[in-house]
Amino acid sequence: MRKMKLWLAGLVLLMAQAKAQPTFPVNGVSTPGSGAYAFTNATIVKDAKTTIPNASMVIRDGKIVAIGAGISIPKDAVVIDCKDKFIYPSFIDLQSDYGMPARPQGRGGFDFRAPAQLETNVKGAFGWNQALKADVDAASLFVPDDAKAKSLRDAGFGTVLTHQPDGIARGTGAVVTLASVRANQVLVKEKAAALYSFSKGSSTQSYPGSLMGTISLLRQTYLDAQWYKSNPKAEGVNLTLKAWNDQQNLPQVFDPSQGGDLWNVMRADRIGDEFGVQYIIKASGKEYQRISDVAATKAPLIVSLNYPAAQDVEDPNAARYVSLADMKHWELAPTNPAAIEKAGIPFVLTMSDVRDGRTFMSNLRKAMEYGLSETAAMEALTKTPASLLGIYDKVGSLDAGKLANFVITNGPIFSEKTTIHHNWVQGNAYVVKDDNWHNTNGSYALTVNGPSGAQQFTLDVKSSSSAEVSAKDTLTTQFSFDGKMVKIGFAPRTRRAGMGGGRPGMMMGGGAAAALPASAIRLSGVSNGDVWQGTGLDSNGNALTWTAVRTKTTEVKADSVARKAAPQVGSLMYPFVGFGATEMPKQETILIKNATVWTSEKEGVLTATDVLVKNGKIAAVGKNLSDASARIIDGTGKHLSAGMIDEHSHIAVSSINEGGQSVTSEVRIKDNLDPDDINIYRQLSGGVTTSHLLHGSANTIGGQTQLIKLRWGTNDQGLMFQNWDPFIKFALGENVKRTTATNGNTRFPDTRMGVEQVLIDAFTRAKDYEAQLKAAEENNKKKGATPMVVRRDLELDALVEIMNQKRFITCHSYVASEIVSTMRVAEQFGFKINTFTHILEGYKVADKMKAHGANASTFSDWWAYKLEVQDAIPYNAYIMNKVGVNVAINSDDAEMARRLNQEAAKAVKYGGMSEEEALRMVTINPAKMLHVDDRVGSIKVGKDADLVLWSDNPLSIYAKSLYTIVDGTVFFDRAKDLQVQQQVKEERTRLIKKMMGEKGAGRPVVPAQPSYKFVHTCGDHSHKMGLLEFDEHELEEIK
Amino acid sequence: MKKILFSLAVLASFSGFAQDNVYPAPAAKGVVLLKGGTVHVGNGQVIENATVKINNGKIEQVGQNINATGDAKVIDVTGKHIYPGLILPATQLGLQEIGSGVRGSNDFFEIGDNNASVRAIAAYNADSKVTNTLRSNGILLANVVPQGQVVGGISSVVQLDAWNYEDAAYAIDNGMQFYMPSLLARPGGGRFAAFFAQMGGAPTDPVKQALETIEKVKQFFRDAKAWNAEPVHAEKNLKYEAVKPLFEKKQKLYVHASQVNQMLVAIDFVKEFGFDVVLVGASEAYRIADLLKQNNISVILSQMHNLPTSDDDAVDQPYAAPAVLQKAGVLFCINDDDPQNRGRNLPFNAGTAAAYGMSKEEALTAITLNAAKVLGIENRTGSIEAGKDANIVVSDGDILDMRSSKISLAFIQGRQLLLDDKHKQLFERYKYKYGIK
Repeated sequence: MRKMKLWLAGLVLLMAQAKAQPTFPVNGVSTPGSGAYAFTNATIVKDAKTTIPNASMVIRDGKIVAIGAGISIPKDAVVIDCKDKFIYPSFIDLQSDYGMPARPQGRGGFDFRAPAQLETNVKGAFGWNQALKADVDAASLFVPDDAKAKSLRDAGFGTVLTHQPDGIARGTGAVVTLASVRANQVLVKEKAAALYSFSKGSSTQSYPGSLMGTISLLRQTYLDAQWYKSNPKAEGVNLTLKAWNDQQNLPQVFDPSQGGDLWNVMRADRIGDEFGVQYIIKASGKEYQRISDVAATKAPLIVSLNYPAAQDVEDPNAARYVSLADMKHWELAPTNPAAIEKAGIPFVLTMSDVRDGRTFMSNLRKAMEYGLSETAAMEALTKTPASLLGIYDKVGSLDAGKLANFVITNGPIFSEKTTIHHNWVQGNAYVVKDDNWHNTNGSYALTVNGPSGAQQFTLDVKSSSSAEVSAKDTLTTQFSFDGKMVKIGFAPRTRRAGMGGGRPGMMMGGGAAAALPASAIRLSGVSNGDVWQGTGLDSNGNALTWTAVRTKTTEVKADSVARKAAPQVGSLMYPFVGFGATEMPKQETILIKNATVWTSEKEGVLTATDVLVKNGKIAAVGKNLSDASARIIDGTGKHLSAGMIDEHSHIAVSSINEGGQSVTSEVRIKDNLDPDDINIYRQLSGGVTTSHLLHGSANTIGGQTQLIKLRWGTNDQGLMFQNWDPFIKFALGENVKRTTATNGNTRFPDTRMGVEQVLIDAFTRAKDYEAQLKAAEENNKKKGATPMVVRRDLELDALVEIMNQKRFITCHSYVASEIVSTMRVAEQFGFKINTFTHILEGYKVADKMKAHGANASTFSDWWAYKLEVQDAIPYNAYIMNKVGVNVAINSDDAEMARRLNQEAAKAVKYGGMSEEEALRMVTINPAKMLHVDDRVGSIKVGKDADLVLWSDNPLSIYAKSLYTIVDGTVFFDRAKDLQVQQQVKEERTRLIKKMMGEKGAGRPVVPAQPSYKFVHTCGDHSHKMGLLEFDEHELEEIK
Repeated sequence: MKKILFSLAVLASFSGFAQDNVYPAPAAKGVVLLKGGTVHVGNGQVIENATVKINNGKIEQVGQNINATGDAKVIDVTGKHIYPGLILPATQLGLQEIGSGVRGSNDFFEIGDNNASVRAIAAYNADSKVTNTLRSNGILLANVVPQGQVVGGISSVVQLDAWNYEDAAYAIDNGMQFYMPSLLARPGGGRFAAFFAQMGGAPTDPVKQALETIEKVKQFFRDAKAWNAEPVHAEKNLKYEAVKPLFEKKQKLYVHASQVNQMLVAIDFVKEFGFDVVLVGASEAYRIADLLKQNNISVILSQMHNLPTSDDDAVDQPYAAPAVLQKAGVLFCINDDDPQNRGRNLPFNAGTAAAYGMSKEEALTAITLNAAKVLGIENRTGSIEAGKDANIVVSDGDILDMRSSKISLAFIQGRQLLLDDKHKQLFERYKYKYGIK
């Protein structure tokens, strides 16, 4: 056994590849070697649960061949003494684009004004949508990149799953090591995973232009890929679908984290659930806010350690614009990994979102401070990622047969003072920092030989940059040691100021802090272990030689993971915004006494009446009711109405308009509900309890809608109105013909003539599709028949539902011509337009609407905001109502929805509708048009207890909701709201102080970032929003 | 007088469903008494069972014991409410007929950063179909305001019963509009980075850039002041001349701003130039009400029906803001700049303020007398007081509440208006079609 003291300073790629590549010629003399190394006397952490003290590891040809205590060391191995060192398996990152080419940036969401690109601009036998890049193969794109590899290696990583992060389907990812050698050598697994996202990346194609469009595209592609297996002639060869199918057996990794939207985790998982796929999902960083929802996905998570920075909130004016939610997230983000661990969710950690290895490690330590266990952290960086990719036989622990991917440290890897010395990848050593590999601290006998003979000094080394030289007295000393080269300068201490800078009484710790006086002796040399030697100059220019021999070693103790007490943090809120509740309100038994009750039923308005609410339902309406268990609310002098129903709303969603095509009946609002929208609470404060969330009006056949109840604090599924007839949004006129497209419209239709054709064409295709489905069903029943496979088309499915009265239309419409022509198209295909929404010229064709059986949902008094509303009149609701059309007043606006009762009241002013009738337009009438009048919209025994107690006549501008009740649960209580305001203020104050404390303690802060909010609107008209809110319109204006 | 009223009625019946036939009334002559109504003076005072005496277009007398003399025309308004004509204090009425998508209808936003000499009145369309819908809701006067990039130009107050803009002009060229750039930090990163990138890439420091723009405006005023101090120049400078009335206090400076920092910067224009400064928009004015009062700055609150600034604000924060200004003694008025109802909900914007902390009469003042004060026309209108123009509306009930706000009569400078409009005519047309009584 060749024993050798190996000094690794500056060693990069010392070892040539052990065996020359057969196909690669060698330029020069080939240097075969055994590539064998033995690491002895180390503390080896084989995996998160197994630590072997005083053990050895032997590697050969880039792989581990033996590991353990007392193993024999082969003779041809280079021995590296790892006394006092720790060896860990190196880390694995599943979220990386290491070695991938740079890509152009895409355009993003739907733009009402930009020209449309309706077809893919990628030539070749690929699929129809440019954002589907399933054919991309990371392995063939991969080029090692030493600079990027280094930054990962320095943080302890040895292996990554790399992929091209571009598009919704991103193709396959490859597992590569971070060795900086030929690409051929580092590919561990060429097709290791298939990757997906919610971001269309560099695709310039218009579709999908929204989150729900993206979800629909994924769903349709699963179906298309299935269908493609039948080799459909019409499709020919589709390389995208072929690749998609080929990669379905790989681990499926989904990065839905665009914008840090927590709900995207659940949204992605639901797609997987539908098609029998369990994705590994990139976490949003906010999982702690809804940990049980996240756990329910059963998805393994890829967790980043990118916490928001503290903001500089010293300026109260700047602090005002930072929301409580953002401040609380700053405080709680480091609790995320611990929350995930505690919930039993399998997870891995990624460095992809943090700046560098140092930040990664310090953020990881922070996560531990907040409760993440060391074992979980180690597993998340080693075994779990390896197991998820099925490569645990190769990496993820230190076991014989696995790749020699490991790090050598001078202490427990997660400890603050620990240094990673080396990161070995496939048997290649990479130095991270090893100037302190050897403990050089201690006393040395320093002999300086000059013209006047040998002089003796004592050199006391305290660290690689600090030492003291003393003779009789301690001398002013400069010292530096980089692991190999040493520099020493010293001079007698001077008491005269100004002469060269050596300050009296000041210990010179080296570095640039102070210059030595000109009289100093300067030495430089090389460390040969415990003996250092070299040459020097004295102040007279005489050449010197010197030798330092270690006489005493100062022991350095390895750092340990210090468990600090978990910091105090504020409580969670549901939802995670100001006015969120720390505890969800509960259903109650409530008796409202002696109120004026507006039933919206034939009973009309009942004075001095009691209403009893039990189990979420209206249990009794009458005089002198009693219930011992009930909470009594005195309604004397107050008015009780049914909770209002807003037929047209765009709150609580993450996207509204899929305008990428003229027909997008496949997209669904329910795929992107946002239960954290403060506007839910704001609508409750105005007495709304049910909102119909519509797709926008960007295209003729828009998306499927969702009816919700305003259950503030529940999750996205909890908002949904259960068991309702599904609806879909259609739109006509200026918006769908893209009147405001400043660069011209390129999307059919451009006229109302074309709009009619879009409808006829869509339903004609749907009819043919339905016939094909039926024919296939018949055919496939027959024995021996060649099976017919019809492509499932989500877009046409929805249209077939409409024709079969299983889905109902609410149609954005303004002028008489389009109203009539759309009814005629519907009649042609045997269905009805259930509701015309907006319908500002409805009064002109109310008789025809009545004959057709359409409902009308309108604004009270809007007009003249564009050409097609020039004839809008505030008497519209009154006339349609008089003619016998069922009329509702809607908001289409988060602000106006807080005053829906007042909007209804305008029919009293304009036309002279009775007050009772007017209130019906926001209660029972919309319930009827939404087919839920059996459950909501009026005060009737057995119906849902959705109620509003008003301070005044509900048609009056002075009326305020005192209580808004949904399903017997008080979700808005005006008196309690005052307390909540106070709590919001206190919590804000606490967090502002805490952030200022960060600044005060000298920790980094970023300038205060106003919590801007993008408000999703239909794009039909402008909206009244606060200073920090903006929509597409405002975006355009600011531009 | 009887004759005139009769002929107006005839005209109405022949109007033929096109508001082109809603004629402006001829100049008022003689005495008209509005008798028996509740007079809401506009200054907070309410007189029950009172009479308003109008003589030759002016209010001559208001009180309880006023009797008809001679050939006075007496209109019985018993049980009804008499209000000063409402004033819409900042609007693009007559400058933009159609809200969006029709470029040809836009005459409210000129090209360029400094349009100090641009005059809104020059483009004012007295025949806008919007006008009559405002009158039908009691709005009789409006301040017509040009928009702009920075210095937008000159506004004029118009009365809403006119054949052309010269007839309409009530206080001509008495406001200079300054749109202060945003002083809100726009981060390059964060959740909305993509959106801000769409804005053509936010400037590296938008706040600094905005402050530079504001400084340029100040420099313009300094230059103008110096230029105007010397009466003789070889050339004319239209922009400098246009702002001369500002220095003479014949014009007010309307600063469109909502952020606290913007509004604090606006104080500079009082301190350095001595201008009469009016803040427009001013959604955050309630946070610095005392400072505005101290600096004698008045306010036009553009929109009550707004969402709160922050998720953490009280849900009704914008509704409650006027009461804060009222308590601090700030001179302010309420506007309705909603582009969808085109300003006709002005009384209900005030009604909302009344529901959230102001008294009804205070809220009324905020759309009548205080609006007149802010616009500098309080000597002629804004309240039902002797000597002022007879700009008066009569409502069946509380004008601030849509339950009861039904305007039956209106007078501008004593001329009784034909309260017809396009909407009423289309209403009649389709009542006829469906046989609705």
